[in-house]
Amino acid sequence: MLNYIGRRLALGLFTIWAVSVLSFLIIQLPQGDFATTRLAELAAAGNSSASFEAERLRAEYGLDQPILVQYFAWIGQVVQGDFGMSFDWNRPVGDVIGDRLALSMVVSVAAIIFTWAVALPIGVYSAVRRYSVGDYTLTFLGFLGLAIPNFLLALVLMYLGFAVFDANVGGLFSAEYENAPWSFAKAWDLLKHLVIPAIVLGVAGTAQLIRIMRANLLDELKKPYVVTARAKGLSERRLVAKYPVRVALNPFASSIGFLFPHVVSGAVVVSIVLSLPTVGPLLLRALQAQDMYLAGAIVLLLGVMTVIGTLISDLVLMWLDPRIRHAR
Amino acid sequence: MPADSLDKAVTDEERISVATQRQLIWWRFRKHKLAMCGGIVVLLFYLVALFGDFLSTSDPQASDGQRSLMPPQSVRLFQDGSLSPHVYAVRGERDPVTLQRTYAVDPSQRIPVRLFGHGYEYKFLGLFTTDIHLIGTEGTPAEESLFLLGTDQQGRDIYSRLIHATRTSMLIGLTGVVLSILLGVALGGISGYYGGAVDTVIQRLIEILRSIPVIPLWMGLAAAMPKDWSVTQVYFALTVILSVIGWTELGRVVRGRVMQIRSEDFVTAAELVGSRPRRVIFVHMVPLFASHIIAATTLALPLMIVAETSLSFLGLGLRPPAISWGVMLQQAQNVQAVALSPWMLVPVVPVVVVILAFNFLGDGLRDAADPYDI
Repeated sequence: MLNYIGRRLALGLFTIWAVSVLSFLIIQLPQGDFATTRLAELAAAGNSSASFEAERLRAEYGLDQPILVQYFAWIGQVVQGDFGMSFDWNRPVGDVIGDRLALSMVVSVAAIIFTWAVALPIGVYSAVRRYSVGDYTLTFLGFLGLAIPNFLLALVLMYLGFAVFDANVGGLFSAEYENAPWSFAKAWDLLKHLVIPAIVLGVAGTAQLIRIMRANLLDELKKPYVVTARAKGLSERRLVAKYPVRVALNPFASSIGFLFPHVVSGAVVVSIVLSLPTVGPLLLRALQAQDMYLAGAIVLLLGVMTVIGTLISDLVLMWLDPRIRHAR
Repeated sequence: MPADSLDKAVTDEERISVATQRQLIWWRFRKHKLAMCGGIVVLLFYLVALFGDFLSTSDPQASDGQRSLMPPQSVRLFQDGSLSPHVYAVRGERDPVTLQRTYAVDPSQRIPVRLFGHGYEYKFLGLFTTDIHLIGTEGTPAEESLFLLGTDQQGRDIYSRLIHATRTSMLIGLTGVVLSILLGVALGGISGYYGGAVDTVIQRLIEILRSIPVIPLWMGLAAAMPKDWSVTQVYFALTVILSVIGWTELGRVVRGRVMQIRSEDFVTAAELVGSRPRRVIFVHMVPLFASHIIAATTLALPLMIVAETSLSFLGLGLRPPAISWGVMLQQAQNVQAVALSPWMLVPVVPVVVVILAFNFLGDGLRDAADPYDI
């Protein structure tokens, strides 16, 4: 068991390292460093000491050093919680991101909770009432949910909300709570606004999980122990809920490993469409303005959060499923 | 069992026992109704891509501020009881209060619509120049009179742009997937063939790529494309970006199959006569699971199309003058604008339909790829 935890931790750390390299790559990719950009800006503003200023910036941020040195300098600062300066906002990256990262995670977790809450009962229903009208309808809806890219769904919902209900379905807070300090009322307001993003982000995963749940439960329902229980006169409801559903649940829990990266990833685009105060719109703006330290930090943080989330779910799964706990 | 049905069962069995692998796969696939429908729809989309210019009515780049955001027109089929398709001319005015353009139909001015009418000039399949289109108008050019799905902000015909976007979006998926196949088969093949440390490294790589959110990564890489690149350069850079991250599923499928076949006699025989690993993988192994690769490819295509659409939608992918579904949807980013002219959302329809079709087709192909199990 310790062995398993150790391996998971090692892989998690390794993944985080890989994400850091990729983020650094994104910072480095645009042509010219930000000192050049700054130089152009200063020169355009008629500043005569511009080239001197650029040299100073280069030396300060070590841009004249080899790339490996730059990477270690950057990652060294990141580990201490310093993500560098955002040149678009003229503030430290950490300040700009603020609680947007936490809100990103809130949205993603809400989507996962929605996915589970909806997929479980529908999956069970579809398996127990196989080939019924309800099963076919739900399967069809599931396929549709899989086929609609979430940002397009968000776009269509925004339009419908605007055209039919004359209301803005975007955002995470009502206007009066936007800058208010955290309170119970603000949290409740957030919860109400989370419904639409959670549905939009959760639909594809829900469709997938329904199919997995249905297939797993169908396999279980064929097994002799179910027949035995039925022969002994157990009511159909208890019969299904007591064992087959529990056994079929296992792959369900492990699905978070592939669902979570997808949801976090999709949340970026959906947030932009629904104008949620998460890191999504911030990332787009940073990329458009070539504000690379901010963009790199967001990609890094999203990756790290995903890895940690997956790790936690793996550990929970291990605690739930004795087969994993006792393996090897 | 009656004699004739017994006979039929026997001949059926004989037929199956002498059938080639390809026939078996086809028979298996044919039974999957949804997959057949999906296949037909995908085929239609590629036909649209191929005959784009013939199917569109106006030059997709022809713009005019006087026709900005016109609603879709309806084609009237009958006139005085006889078949004579036509549309009414539309006159635009600017509302003096809201400054919005409003359009009024003018029933006194009829513009006949003809099959195989004349329109803008183009090269048919790159072979010869012609100006015949499936649908054309008589009298006034289609650019000024026929707007089957309305116009966008610049007054360009959305129907014609949609047809041209289909070509771009379907092809970018295809080129992206070809690169993914090369990467997936090469890396997956090496991983499964050699095993050991190489396998571990490649498997970790796949695991890492699958466990991090890809869209921010895609966005970052796409944003690094220099602003002065031409449409073609951006196009190819984008396919590379999409496939560098998108090959993992194919890699996993290939690795699994290669590991399965690795210990077969014919592989050992090929090695003994001195074939190098590259030859063993590509010449002896790949044909064995080509059907699996095709199925995995079909399932990977819609992902590529969605990725391109979302990147272009955000303004990080293809840029105008290129036309793709994502580029068209860029104009629909503003909700207020969409609320006033909902026909801007039309590109959502082909995206959803084609993804659905690819998924059905891929599911059917995956089932048919192994026609021997029950």
